[in-house]
Amino acid sequence: MTKRLWLWLPFAGFALVLGLLIHGLVAPESHDIPSQWVGQPMPHFDLPAASSSRPGFSSANLTAGKPHLVNIFASWCIPCAAEAPQLVALTKAGVEVDGIALRDRKVDLDAFLERNGNPYARIGSDTTSSVAMALGSTGVPETYLIDSKGIIRLQHIGVLYDDDVPRLIAQMKALH
Amino acid sequence: MRSWRAPALLIPLALIAAPLMADSNLPPAPLANTALPNPAQERQAKALMTKIRCLVCQGESIAESNSDLAGDMRSMIRERIQAGESPDSIRHWLIRRYGNWVTYDPPFSAQTAGLWLVPLMLVIAGGLLVRGRIKRRHD
Repeated sequence: MTKRLWLWLPFAGFALVLGLLIHGLVAPESHDIPSQWVGQPMPHFDLPAASSSRPGFSSANLTAGKPHLVNIFASWCIPCAAEAPQLVALTKAGVEVDGIALRDRKVDLDAFLERNGNPYARIGSDTTSSVAMALGSTGVPETYLIDSKGIIRLQHIGVLYDDDVPRLIAQMKALH
Repeated sequence: MRSWRAPALLIPLALIAAPLMADSNLPPAPLANTALPNPAQERQAKALMTKIRCLVCQGESIAESNSDLAGDMRSMIRERIQAGESPDSIRHWLIRRYGNWVTYDPPFSAQTAGLWLVPLMLVIAGGLLVRGRIKRRHD
């Protein structure tokens, strides 16, 4: 009897591999590498002004007693232009959005803000990805929700779409 | 590379089309492609770079990748090694932020146990199988 059960073993192995293959085909593809730094305090940084119209951005700005959104973006990043209206909508709802411009030049960034609007209270210039690495960020755009004590509560990888706006507002209200 | 064969029309189109994974206009970080003056330190830095996975290209180590982030990571590694930090501490710093994913030499943990133990178990199973066969033939 046990011998007969053993005969089924190769078939079970085959079914397992087949199941994995089907799962790989059906499951939505994601290459995101989420940051393991969520839940940790914002790393210490002090970035100089990235644009001519906004001051620089330092981690000390984040412990002022209210939650913030920190958006990592760049003028050379095409999807970043697509999320600009959503960021404007967030600031209109009273959310403070600070920006970290990744590997950017002042002329390029000024033109980008001129074209797409400027929702940022401050924009720091990270020319060597040092703050991005300290945050566990893998690219642009990314948005981080920081609570009033400076703890990172959430990382959003990729473009913010329309339906992300009310969700983020609700999450920030819950933190107040 | 077959770009020289591309029809003349495609070339101007290719020039205006910006790729989604665009790179910035800034030059590489200071130590991205510059060896450290101290050869022993450079050796340590290089050894660590081949163990760190590029987060943008996802199939190369940061030593091989041309992406901006890989360059910035190489520069960061060289700067820290020059400042006297150990390669292991830098690797740990990166794992804290990017998870085991970032290293080609993941530390042993509950999550990676299978990775290390399954090959060992397969070898043992194979050995037992062979032993069984030999025994049967001798009987």
